[in-house]
Amino acid sequence: MSDIAERVKKIVIDHLGVDAEKVSEGASFIDDLGADSLDTVELVMAFEEEFGVEIPDDAADSILTVGDAVKFIEKAQA
Amino acid sequence: MRRVVITGTGMVSPLGCGTEATWARLIAGDNAARRVTEFEVEDLPAKIACRLPFGDGSNNTFNADDWMEPKEQRKVDSFIVYAMAAADMALADAGWKPENDEDQIATGVLIGSGIGGLEGIVEGGYTLRDKGPRRISPFFIPGRLINLASGQVSIRHKLRGPNHSVVTACSTGAHAIGDAMRLIALGDADVMVAGGAESPICRISLAGFAACKALSTQHNDDPQRASRPYDVDRDGFVMGEGAGIVILEELEHAKARGAKIYAEVVGYGLSGDAYHITAPSEDGDGAYRCMQMALKRAGLTAADVDYINAHGTSTMADTIELGAVERLVGEHASKISMSSTKSAIGHLLGAAGAVEAIFSALAIRDNIAPPTLNLDNPSVETKIDLVPHVARKREINVALSNSFGFGGTNASLVLRRYTGA
Repeated sequence: MSDIAERVKKIVIDHLGVDAEKVSEGASFIDDLGADSLDTVELVMAFEEEFGVEIPDDAADSILTVGDAVKFIEKAQA
Repeated sequence: MRRVVITGTGMVSPLGCGTEATWARLIAGDNAARRVTEFEVEDLPAKIACRLPFGDGSNNTFNADDWMEPKEQRKVDSFIVYAMAAADMALADAGWKPENDEDQIATGVLIGSGIGGLEGIVEGGYTLRDKGPRRISPFFIPGRLINLASGQVSIRHKLRGPNHSVVTACSTGAHAIGDAMRLIALGDADVMVAGGAESPICRISLAGFAACKALSTQHNDDPQRASRPYDVDRDGFVMGEGAGIVILEELEHAKARGAKIYAEVVGYGLSGDAYHITAPSEDGDGAYRCMQMALKRAGLTAADVDYINAHGTSTMADTIELGAVERLVGEHASKISMSSTKSAIGHLLGAAGAVEAIFSALAIRDNIAPPTLNLDNPSVETKIDLVPHVARKREINVALSNSFGFGGTNASLVLRRYTGA
């Protein structure tokens, strides 16, 4: 896993209180990790803070999985 | 109107996590006041408080993780965690676990708080100033709102009846129990989870209440001497924190399922001083009318009252309440015991009335009046027994609990021993 993926995974584990092994690249925040809509808003804020990127609302709406988040951040930082 | 009884209690107090743990220490004369060490107090006039006994959950210490997952705690202020803990305990104590539609819809929640999530609002303000609006959490609002204690408890236990809250400063807990009692009496619910929760011990709150001249500031070096209701050396209240929750239940509903009954809630009175934002009216008329209304509703007279759990905050207002009680009970003064348990646990603000209603129920159950600690030299003479220093064994069949709040809002509850009749 890339450095970005590791950091994303850690944020997800901390915020959602889930076991590390459940946080796979394809895991959906809502369907697989027990998040609700407010949790996902907070997750996006945590990603913004951690990586110093801005994630506009329309982009945030398309970040549904751990992999989506990693891809967005990699692209934003490239 | 339908009759209402208490069938469960739960409590998180500065003397312990749990009703019985708290009660045992209260009767033993223990005192929870100490210097605040969790944050800077050097520049504050009041440096002491009655904090919860935080710990790993053993020996009646309070461990928030036992009551709410850490990831959920992060989203709410502590008053909600305290309410969740006390509600869990109260429902378990009552043995009430509604599982079908009918029972869930017949069970409501009415938990109040005087201030709610003050600390979180302060932190949110810093975030807004320092990092901007995009860093305000989606949990900022639902983690601070006072009625979210009721909301969270209802969600956890699937209680789908009336969902309500009270905000009347230091009368909150008593109003919550009184209003919930009425919802049951009127047939809007069969069971209510009712009480108050407060987590006010933070810098802005100590600064604010001290600015109102409400806090003790002369006993910082001897915290356990600070809360001293009725004593000549009293100089303000000591802030406490915690939650008290009762399960109120319609009498026949409770009997049908063989529930244990602590006491019957027979009277509830409310009044307004219409006088001053923080001070009670000098003549104590609001307090007097409030107690009078509660007794009238109960169909009792002052001669029936055995024990009064006073509001008694250890401020100048103590003697105003005492005067109102003397006016109420007249010639019966010498048969009444009246104590302020705030001498042991401090002032729990919006939780005070609920915790003290529970103490009143236990006073009836065990025929014992908890003590008023530190009452070395009463500032006025009275024929009423103020239960100085040590608890008093005595017959208690009827107890009255007073709560008075900023804004001139007063509430009194009357509890009576349930004898099966």
